[in-house]
Amino acid sequence: MKHSHPAKHPPVRELSPTLAGISRRELLKRAFATGAMTVIGAGFIAAPDAAWAAEVSVITPEQMAALVQMARDIYPHDRLADKFYVVAVKGYDSEDNKALVAEGVAALEEAAKAQGHESYAAIGWEEDRVKVLQAIEGTTFFQTVRAGLVTGLYNQKEIWPLFGYEGESFSKGGYINRGFDDIDWL
Amino acid sequence: MVAKFDLNDDSVVVIIGTGAGGGVLANELAQKGVKVVALEAGGRYMPEDFINDEWDSFSQLAWTDARTTTGSWRVHKDFAGLPAWIVKAVGGTTTHWAGASLRFQDHEWKALTNYGKVEGANLLDWPIDSAEMAPWYEKAETKLGVTRTGDRAGLPGNNNFKVFEKGAKALGLKEVHTGRMAINSSEYDDRMACQQTGFCFQGCKWGAKWSSAYTDIPRGEATGNLEVRDRSHVARILHNDAGKVTGVEYFDKVGNLQMQKARIVCVAGNSFESPRLLLNSASSMFPQGLANSSGMVGKNYMRHTTGSVYAVFDKPVRMWRGTTMAGIMRDEARHDPARGFVGGYELETLSLGLPFMAAFLNPGAWGRGFTTALDSYENMAGMWIVGEDMPQLGNGVTLSETKDQHGLPVANVNFDDHPNDVAMRNHAYALGEEMYKAVGATRTFPTPPYPSTHNLGTNRMSEKAEDGVVNKHGQSHDIANLFVSDGSQFTTGAAENPTLTIVALAIRQAEHIASEMAAQNI
Repeated sequence: MKHSHPAKHPPVRELSPTLAGISRRELLKRAFATGAMTVIGAGFIAAPDAAWAAEVSVITPEQMAALVQMARDIYPHDRLADKFYVVAVKGYDSEDNKALVAEGVAALEEAAKAQGHESYAAIGWEEDRVKVLQAIEGTTFFQTVRAGLVTGLYNQKEIWPLFGYEGESFSKGGYINRGFDDIDWL
Repeated sequence: MVAKFDLNDDSVVVIIGTGAGGGVLANELAQKGVKVVALEAGGRYMPEDFINDEWDSFSQLAWTDARTTTGSWRVHKDFAGLPAWIVKAVGGTTTHWAGASLRFQDHEWKALTNYGKVEGANLLDWPIDSAEMAPWYEKAETKLGVTRTGDRAGLPGNNNFKVFEKGAKALGLKEVHTGRMAINSSEYDDRMACQQTGFCFQGCKWGAKWSSAYTDIPRGEATGNLEVRDRSHVARILHNDAGKVTGVEYFDKVGNLQMQKARIVCVAGNSFESPRLLLNSASSMFPQGLANSSGMVGKNYMRHTTGSVYAVFDKPVRMWRGTTMAGIMRDEARHDPARGFVGGYELETLSLGLPFMAAFLNPGAWGRGFTTALDSYENMAGMWIVGEDMPQLGNGVTLSETKDQHGLPVANVNFDDHPNDVAMRNHAYALGEEMYKAVGATRTFPTPPYPSTHNLGTNRMSEKAEDGVVNKHGQSHDIANLFVSDGSQFTTGAAENPTLTIVALAIRQAEHIASEMAAQNI
């Protein structure tokens, strides 16, 4: 949260396991890899195993792939699937953010090249990608993406169980009979 | 029968704000037969409206109107537009507060005398003391149903407390228990017992925690002497040629400017809005703002020396379960300059849900150093530091260039830590980390202060008119029928969570106002 008005994570349409009308095999055949993500022709991005796919309408699939990788590198949680990071950055696929993303990803790619890499998303090791991110850490683009992720990623209720967090408890009668004092290892 | 008073009725007491100060004052006056119009900037939310979700609740309750910040405090860097996490609603921040209800210690009423002059600090003795306040504290504890006072039992300890308690005892610390809490350990005053739900900061959906929103306010309304106008934002306090206040201008629910006449005006908008309103009410007669002949309106802002310590263990704690702040260690609350600072601090249990932990554990941090901490969220325990900070002339509220939705200059909050604050915080961090390590913590996090929840001192109480804004009754030195009724009247902050003292002062102030009105003095 950077500002007093926390951005709700952007509304995202349901991510389908495969794109409508395209079989997983067809999808994989058409795909070319950009790091962990796969860009599938115009307007689509998918996981290499087609476990999820997203559609972009304003920014390019390559830019979305860079954003998703960047989101994971900023807040890496190995137990969180890519789809949660996709949800967290999907809002950048909008006219309002088009210029920010275009300039930001260009700067990111430039920083990657300056450090001897072909492109940011193609860098194999997280540590090396982090060095590229550190080079652009002071930019509005980086800080906007990072701040947005604080709510965009961590306020997705679907991820809470992966951290053990139980969320709302009033409807279950609180924890008075459900283990508020059940610690057994002290 | 809820009262409805005419805008031209100049016999009413107008109270601005309905939290611990204004809400209690409104009810106490109404019970004595005094006619009150309470103007509240926020809307009305009841337990059934509260939300067990950190961000949704924040959107519902928090004051998110514009404010600006300056100074070297980290809040300015990380949360520039959010200097405080306080509430805009009927009941004010008593909807959000944790419930910790502690009396000041004797020596804290006389900070200047007992600590001596501290360089860079603007310390002053309160014009009242423990003996004066004892009966009012007792009334406040009875009103709030504070546990471990009267014959009220303490709350049971949750998982987070058990870790905290074991760590404290392992270090030989003595005064550790589940706190004095305005949260019922058993049914009291028509409010049910705590169900260990967590989400104390999001409004208690059981009503087990005291809040003026569902106690004092409706009880005051039931007398027929209190009218609460919600979503009514006061713009300016008006006065006559004799220098007495005569009423207020406010923007009503639909944004129309209204004028309510008044016999007495009491300001209780918390330590940013109260001085902001006095400053925004400047006139040709009072060019520095109302009640500001001393120049102290907005000065000496205090926010308590705070910070948190979180720790990760090799096994689950699930700190979010149960009462958020029912746990305290008071051994360091004493004044003992041998520790390298004046005043003292409390350690209190605290937890945040995952969404707020992500926002507040180390704002701005990213990468695995940060995310591996969150990966262990289930195994975390947490505590909060609350200690006395130094009043400083440079810390405080001024009018900003920025305007709010009504076109009124907003509060700019400037804050720099005093070296005493830093020394105290570091002492508390070290002790908190030691407590957790004594129970086997594998990693500890000295977490920076959040946006302020305890906001104090910007209209301080003083014996002499030149040292502060209000006298020992919260009555302004300059204008007899203008009062300050919230935490902004604190002369110094003490080490204790302020709500109980705000409530005790409001009950006492109601007595004073009613008797002065009866005597025709105001």
